[in-house]
Amino acid sequence: MEDRVLVVGGGAAGMEVAGRLARSGYKVTLTEKESLTGGHIRNWFHLFPDRRDSLEVLSYLENQVDHGNITLLTSTDVEGIETRHGSFLARTADDREIEADAVVLATGFDLFRSERKEEYGYGIYDNVISSADLEIMFRKGEIRRHDGEIPQKIGFVHCVGSRDEKVGNVYCSKLCCVAAVKQAMEVREYLKDAKVFCFYMDIRMGGALYEELYRESQEKYGVNYIRGKVSEIAENINGRLIVKVEDTLAGRPLKMELDMLVLMAGMEMSEGGRKIAEYAGLKTGENRFFAPADHHFGSNRGNLRGVFYAGTCTAPMNITESISHARAAAADVIEYLSNGRR
Amino acid sequence: MQFDPFIIPFNIGLYFIVIYAVVRSVMWFRDLSRQDKLRLQRGFFGRSFGRSIREIFMESLIHRKILKADLRLGYMHMSLAFGWFLLILFGTLEADIFGSSHLNPPYKSIFFKFFNPDHGRTGLEAAWSFWMDLILAFILSGLILAVIKRLTPKVVGMKKTTKLRPLDRVALTSLWLIFPSRLLAESFTSGAYGTGSFLTGSLGSWLASFLPANEMAYPFWWLYSLSLGTFFVLLPLTRYMHIPTELFLIFARNSGIRTGDKAGAFTEMQAYSCSSCGLCIDACQLNFSAGITNIQSAYLMKGIRNRESVTDITFNCLMCGRCDQKCPVGIELTPVRMIQRRSGEPVPPEKGIIRKYFPGKPEYRTDTTTARPSYNFLPSPAAGQAEVLYFAGCMTHLAPSIRNSMVKILDASGVRYKFIDEDGGVCCGRPLMLAGQDKEARELINYNSQLIRRSGAKKLVTSCPICYKIFRESYYLDIEVVHHSQYIKYLIEEGLIRLSFLRKRVVYHTPCDLGRGSGVYEEPKKVLKHVAQLLKTEFEDENSLCCGGSLGNMKISQRQKQSIASDAAAALTKDDPDILATSCPLCKKTLAAATTTKVSDIAELVAEAIVLPGIPGIKSGRLAQKKEPVSL
Repeated sequence: MEDRVLVVGGGAAGMEVAGRLARSGYKVTLTEKESLTGGHIRNWFHLFPDRRDSLEVLSYLENQVDHGNITLLTSTDVEGIETRHGSFLARTADDREIEADAVVLATGFDLFRSERKEEYGYGIYDNVISSADLEIMFRKGEIRRHDGEIPQKIGFVHCVGSRDEKVGNVYCSKLCCVAAVKQAMEVREYLKDAKVFCFYMDIRMGGALYEELYRESQEKYGVNYIRGKVSEIAENINGRLIVKVEDTLAGRPLKMELDMLVLMAGMEMSEGGRKIAEYAGLKTGENRFFAPADHHFGSNRGNLRGVFYAGTCTAPMNITESISHARAAAADVIEYLSNGRR
Repeated sequence: MQFDPFIIPFNIGLYFIVIYAVVRSVMWFRDLSRQDKLRLQRGFFGRSFGRSIREIFMESLIHRKILKADLRLGYMHMSLAFGWFLLILFGTLEADIFGSSHLNPPYKSIFFKFFNPDHGRTGLEAAWSFWMDLILAFILSGLILAVIKRLTPKVVGMKKTTKLRPLDRVALTSLWLIFPSRLLAESFTSGAYGTGSFLTGSLGSWLASFLPANEMAYPFWWLYSLSLGTFFVLLPLTRYMHIPTELFLIFARNSGIRTGDKAGAFTEMQAYSCSSCGLCIDACQLNFSAGITNIQSAYLMKGIRNRESVTDITFNCLMCGRCDQKCPVGIELTPVRMIQRRSGEPVPPEKGIIRKYFPGKPEYRTDTTTARPSYNFLPSPAAGQAEVLYFAGCMTHLAPSIRNSMVKILDASGVRYKFIDEDGGVCCGRPLMLAGQDKEARELINYNSQLIRRSGAKKLVTSCPICYKIFRESYYLDIEVVHHSQYIKYLIEEGLIRLSFLRKRVVYHTPCDLGRGSGVYEEPKKVLKHVAQLLKTEFEDENSLCCGGSLGNMKISQRQKQSIASDAAAALTKDDPDILATSCPLCKKTLAAATTTKVSDIAELVAEAIVLPGIPGIKSGRLAQKKEPVSL
């Protein structure tokens, strides 16, 4: 079997699909724009729902790509793909060309840049941080305010950049809710006396064991959930954050002083994915992610024959879903190549 | 020969339109308020009379403003209006000088050739005929452009042309027929008698070479008279009513009459003065960025004239005022729209031909179910005494870096000020007003007015142009209201703040409510020049774009707003500046979401450039003194 497959993106989905294809005998080129594979997982500490260390998942994935059939090209930014005589030619930012008989795009997602919601003060107030920043603090093992103090009152703002028409994202990123629940519990574990508040529109606990986690966070960890969108944030002279929010269940406006505020940034189509879509004429949906050929039985294929999608480049997914989606992509690629490219 | 039956349609039309114009003018004059009546009387017999005559000549005849906007479109309007004027003027002179009697009835000059077919043989007569032919050719050239424009609007430089009603169509056809039928009637007569100049003479002798010219001429004289008569009789029911109304409007405006905030004769006059030229459609960003082409001011004016329901049109507008700047008739389009938003749905007018000619005052459905708004839950307004008040406004609170910058600037200046809505304030009322909810807006205005009055301050500084506009226009306050751009300029000029130079290339976006809405163009740019290198864009001052975030539009989707915003941002950042500066928190937020270029308020740039006295790094001033109240 001489068929060559290019996998763009060395995150969870890309690594899984590369590993599966390599073990089925295909020559795989796996490209990653950063210097290390692993993608976003590298930045997380514990994963939901079971609070497993993300390094365990990372080592599984690294094991998957440790195979003779895989050529790993890190620091390689694929900017576009072209079709040529029935096969593909990928162009990188530094003008290299990679040939392949099939392409799997696993370009993943970008976290919503929280600066874009200026009213939340990210980048303006020192103690407004993003969910990703908090994971780094967890990894370091210390949660501190910018001035070095231990925070006693911490708020989580759900739906930052998700379900928000004003930033152009009407979709739900679906993982921020459970991530907030997990982070809230972890904060309470680190800081026994801290008070934690989650400001939400709806709590969406659609995954396996999520609802259980949500209950546990209230019963065991005493996390407070307040239904209402944060409207404005200001800072007083002590560097405390003044948060204005309407408690829509109690039907009254609230004004709270918090030591730290965590913004649950949503997921957006990655910049790299967007560039490739534009270059190759790949269809994207209303949500700007790659549009699958069919929502029920073609979620790994798009509008260009021989180009496949794996993972969060098609929609927000958790790691479990990304890996499953990647395996499905591998199966689809094998079928395509062994059936005479159909 | 003194009379022929074919002149009857023309005469009926002419006397009808003259009587109608007089009656309608009297009715409008009667409907004006007492002050406006006085203004008009004083204006008519005063110095503004000369101004009006000049404006009528420059705008109604020459169409200077349309010429400036678009040469071909202007030429079309000018050739028809000015050409027709010349034709009437020199036709009258011709009849008086060369005719059998002097001081003739109008038909004698209009149909001069019919009654004096031999005219044009001697030297002076021939020269005069040449001149008359030249005028006719001038008009016909414009007419050809008008026909082409109707078929393909792009030729005269317009992207969109207004859509017509059936009556307009009949009137338009009769208007189009006037000059070709005159040409043919005169040509046939000239051909029969061997007179006429380069146009009618040549065409006439050619036609006479194979047609019985003498017999052919008569039906065309009938057609000429009929098309004139039809046009005059239909004129009040069509958009061509703009021709007589504009004259009245020019006198009224030069006498100092303005739209104000209530509907009335002046508003109606403005609606009738609209010629549906379509320049407002070209200027409108909803047209060129969002593909909406049926809500522009020309359509609003048409709806008001026809007493149609215009709610969908009225509320589908950014209220940016770009069309006001472009309107060649100078109609105050945005204020008229504001009035329409307040008045609500019109009662459909009675049917019948008399009602069509004399529609009477428009009536509106009064909504009796609306309860009186209640803002009783607001705390009683209290503010400490201060010289200067700072009102950030809701939008600025949603753009905290602007608010922080203003606090930094005010603290550094050493001015004794009070930040009146530091802990949140009450809305200025303009969003409600834009939504047509005047009563509710008044409640908020009263609340804020009390707050401001009790402080005894002399100056109110606001960061948001939306607040600035309503504070100046609808609050009755004995206080100077300034936008922060004006106040920062004052602080710089008085030496109260010191600035370093930022070495950045900056373009400036003029916010609608600050620029066209309040006439503040120069101060923000002067401030910017103190801190950075200011580049010019294609859209400066009156021609500035709307960011798309306008609170004025109640109809378009977020997506359409975003497409306006990205077009505007792209146009402004064409020369790849380091910073896209503006002076409105809403513009800042909207543009920032639509471009990768950094968008900053001028207050942020000034705060960045400020050279603080004393030891840097130590927080001082107001921020250091106040503790926020805490609940929960």
